[in-house]
Amino acid sequence: MKSPQIIMETGAHAAALAVKSARVDVVPGYPITPQTSIMEAIAAMVENGEMNARFIPVEGEHSAMAAAVAASAAGARVFTATSANGLLYMHEVLHMASGGRLPVVMCNVNRGIFAPWTLWADHQDSFAQRDTGWIQYHCSSNQEVFNTILQAFRVAEQINVPVMVNFDGFAISHCLMPLAIPPQEDIDRFLPLHEPEWRLDPTHPSSFSNVTNAAEYAPFRRMLSDDILASIALTKKAAQEYQEITGMWDGDTIDTYRLEDAEVVAFAINSMAAELKLSVDILREQGIKAGLLRPRLYLPFPAEDIISVLPQNAQVMVLDRNYNFGHQGGILASELKSALHGRRNDITVKNRVMGIGGIDLTRRFMAAEIRAMMDE
Amino acid sequence: MKSVTKEHRPISWPTKGSGGDTGSWRTHRPVVDIKKCTKCQFCWVYCPEAVIEREEITIDYQYCKGCGVCALECPVGAISMEKEE
Repeated sequence: MKSPQIIMETGAHAAALAVKSARVDVVPGYPITPQTSIMEAIAAMVENGEMNARFIPVEGEHSAMAAAVAASAAGARVFTATSANGLLYMHEVLHMASGGRLPVVMCNVNRGIFAPWTLWADHQDSFAQRDTGWIQYHCSSNQEVFNTILQAFRVAEQINVPVMVNFDGFAISHCLMPLAIPPQEDIDRFLPLHEPEWRLDPTHPSSFSNVTNAAEYAPFRRMLSDDILASIALTKKAAQEYQEITGMWDGDTIDTYRLEDAEVVAFAINSMAAELKLSVDILREQGIKAGLLRPRLYLPFPAEDIISVLPQNAQVMVLDRNYNFGHQGGILASELKSALHGRRNDITVKNRVMGIGGIDLTRRFMAAEIRAMMDE
Repeated sequence: MKSVTKEHRPISWPTKGSGGDTGSWRTHRPVVDIKKCTKCQFCWVYCPEAVIEREEITIDYQYCKGCGVCALECPVGAISMEKEE
């Protein structure tokens, strides 16, 4: 058995290498900071023949997703990437990918939304797409970005639902970390070539996403809702199969750290959750029984898995890198409260918004925030 | 997990009349004067609904919407639009 190749790479290049490893056929792309380095790397690999794919430069993100939808409907394995306002510009076509049941995989490199302009990370962009019918993963390391893109294609193609793989701009996209790339034959075993049971085919003409009457439309929406929920079980299965083949594990629907006996649980996603492991260590040194629960899957929200692992009577400190406008605090806290309602009345949920527009979230800062929240 | 088959996708295959009896939309019907007709087939080419038979130049009134394009395009004036009762 061949061992993985270990290199130093940025999160953006880790994503590009995963796209190459996944043997993606078509990549429509439009540049936007901080995603641009993914598209640059893919364009270079297509140009120099390392990657056997069609790269389609388009005039904007709405067109990027339209090209992705068309290529996926024609039976191709499709990837694209965007950030912030690019993602917002795609919004309408995101619905076409999910409603059309097309297994497109897209990276969204998280960045705050204008106005005013910011280039740095928060999670308002991806959370604003919550109701588009896309599955959403949030990654906390370069390696997890690589692994999750492969798992995303596996899940997407099993249920024909598009998947968004999110990771923070700059903190992940532009930072070098060691990256293990499994042998290509192992990746091929995990992710076989894409063979859809239907595709647009001029020799057998069909009409795609035609007008439906109410009796026809409603079942499509119900089936989409059911299949998005089915992705929870498929996410676990994909993570397990990936681990069996590559030996790597990032968690499945959730990831935990020192959680078993925790009385204070930090609850956050993406890169800040990696830093929070160090905050947990600081709090433990101070005699506080702290732990971490990181949802890797944001949509569908893994409510059952969260409910089953939270220790009895825990105080959960939700650290949100976004605003839930019209409410106090952030969106993740609302999701958690909704999941716990009537199921775990022993749990106390506290919430703070932080790290907006890329404000640095250090281990000491977050440990201090959690200590302060304990007294609230 | 529910099974996912192609029935879960919004795909339709073209069939005659899948849009209903569109002939009921018509306010004027095209009538072909076969004595004037030269069988040039312009009407067949231009009909947006493909309801004109190519050889005999007969019109399928169950689906003809009465748009009048055939009457406009006919180079010899063999098609007239007559008000529906």
